[in-house]
Amino acid sequence: MITKQAERMEEARNSYTASELLAAVSCRLLQGKRRVFAGIGLPTLAVALAQKSSSPDIEQIYESGVCGAHPPRLPETIADASLATGAEAILTMPVLFGYVLQGGWIDVGFLGAAQIDRYGSLNTTVIGPWHAPKVRLPGSGGAVEVMANSHEVFVVLRRHNPESFVDKLDFCTSPSLAAARKAAPKVPTRGLGVTTVITDLGVLKADETGELCLASVHEGVTVEQVRAATGWPLRLMESITVTAAPTPEELRLLREEIDPSRVYLR
Amino acid sequence: MTNKQFSLQDAVSELVSDGDVVALEGFTHLIPFAAGHEIIRQGIRDLTLVRMTPDIVADQLVGAGCVSKLIFAFTGNSSVGSLYAIRRAVENGSVSPIEIEEYSHYGLLARYQAGASGVPFMPIRSYAGSDLPGVNPNLKRVTSPFDSEVETYVVPALNPDVAIVHAQRADASGNVQSWGILGPQQEVAFASRKTIVLVEEIVDDGVIRSDPNRTIIPGFAVDAVVECGYGAHPSFAQGYYDRDNDFYRAWSDISKDPQKLEQWIQEWIHDVGNHAGYLNKLGNNYFERLTPVALLSTPVNYGSVL
Repeated sequence: MITKQAERMEEARNSYTASELLAAVSCRLLQGKRRVFAGIGLPTLAVALAQKSSSPDIEQIYESGVCGAHPPRLPETIADASLATGAEAILTMPVLFGYVLQGGWIDVGFLGAAQIDRYGSLNTTVIGPWHAPKVRLPGSGGAVEVMANSHEVFVVLRRHNPESFVDKLDFCTSPSLAAARKAAPKVPTRGLGVTTVITDLGVLKADETGELCLASVHEGVTVEQVRAATGWPLRLMESITVTAAPTPEELRLLREEIDPSRVYLR
Repeated sequence: MTNKQFSLQDAVSELVSDGDVVALEGFTHLIPFAAGHEIIRQGIRDLTLVRMTPDIVADQLVGAGCVSKLIFAFTGNSSVGSLYAIRRAVENGSVSPIEIEEYSHYGLLARYQAGASGVPFMPIRSYAGSDLPGVNPNLKRVTSPFDSEVETYVVPALNPDVAIVHAQRADASGNVQSWGILGPQQEVAFASRKTIVLVEEIVDDGVIRSDPNRTIIPGFAVDAVVECGYGAHPSFAQGYYDRDNDFYRAWSDISKDPQKLEQWIQEWIHDVGNHAGYLNKLGNNYFERLTPVALLSTPVNYGSVL
């Protein structure tokens, strides 16, 4: 009886939410990276987890200009007062966008989107036509700059479905490397473009042409399920793995040290 | 030294006119809400509002009918909801549409930089393959004059009629000091024909001169300086008060319903009469929970041999 109860407790400790899985997966993909440009939310958790485990030297750079943040609490926005408190640097906007981003200092940029296509171009502008949109989305913000200037881009999309993974974007806000080169071959590009897409169903990786292919499925998810949720004929990497679950230590760090009040661990 | 102190009412009525191109800047931090409210109160119309990140204050200005065109890069209320007045104005079937002109963050910032520097345009590395140049003819691709094999996108200089920004402190002649997240305030102040700065406090010029590197806008580039404590609420002023996140979360509900929005504008902007009335309505202890724990910087030595 006692053993069973202990087993159940052990099981509860080791079961995890989608956010915890996405944070742990993102964290592992950050191994060996140094400077990460990211907004608030899952990427914040992934970078914090990496700092406390595999990559102590990794640093998150915020669009607000904050570098080397040591916030006394989890920030609610990319320009939260707590990010300034005790930060190593707060850069002006021309320095951040001009020298840091355009200057090529960013190893990994994290982006989200309402729609993504098979080469990783992103729509954050409108659903429907731009001149008379069905839904007006926030727009580029710095996304075009992050896409064009990071050495590689990770996209986190919590909802993997045919409305988000589309054959053709309603509007291309931030073009993939392939789209940028095709449209304007004489405009200099940098890096690899979108290399990795992390979703609630699995992980997509770019092949050598930049096409996003299924690389791993999360526990309990089938390849067919991911294909059905993708709006283009999704190709598979040679060997599909099952995404490794978060380790007990990763879960402990996320729950007890990084986000104890579960601001982002929804 | 010229005294450039104005009341908020006088600064707005003397420097902002119907039909102006007005830039209200502040990147989450130090958003000039009190100035936005004064523009609404004075019923100024037909403005081209320039703002990198139109948020609640832009939603209020659009909702109050002050804006005919919006120039922007990102319009949203962080992760806590939509700006429905703006969405109602730009989505399909709008009954009172406004014109929009859309950039990315660096695209619009580079327009301020070009405007401030007196050059006709500025090259940036973005936009190849994006649909944005297709809907905004200001994003142009040109060949490098130095290498015919290299192309770049350029954005034109922007010189707004008026820039309005908020900062922590200034002296009476308008030397403005700010710290924390700085946003595009310096760039827009230099780009604009006239600049209004609201500050948490007007301080003695000795305070400013004790730390001259902290001055982001020198007095000569400022036309009016307005003492306006808590004038950035519900955004924040580093070291003075923190962001009122509850207000941000509550906004979607207000802005979603046009009647609720109209009522809010009546109650919190018109009926209160002025910024002091707004603070009074918030109540005496309102800012207690938003007051930061002090963390003072270590002074630096600016001394020299006498």
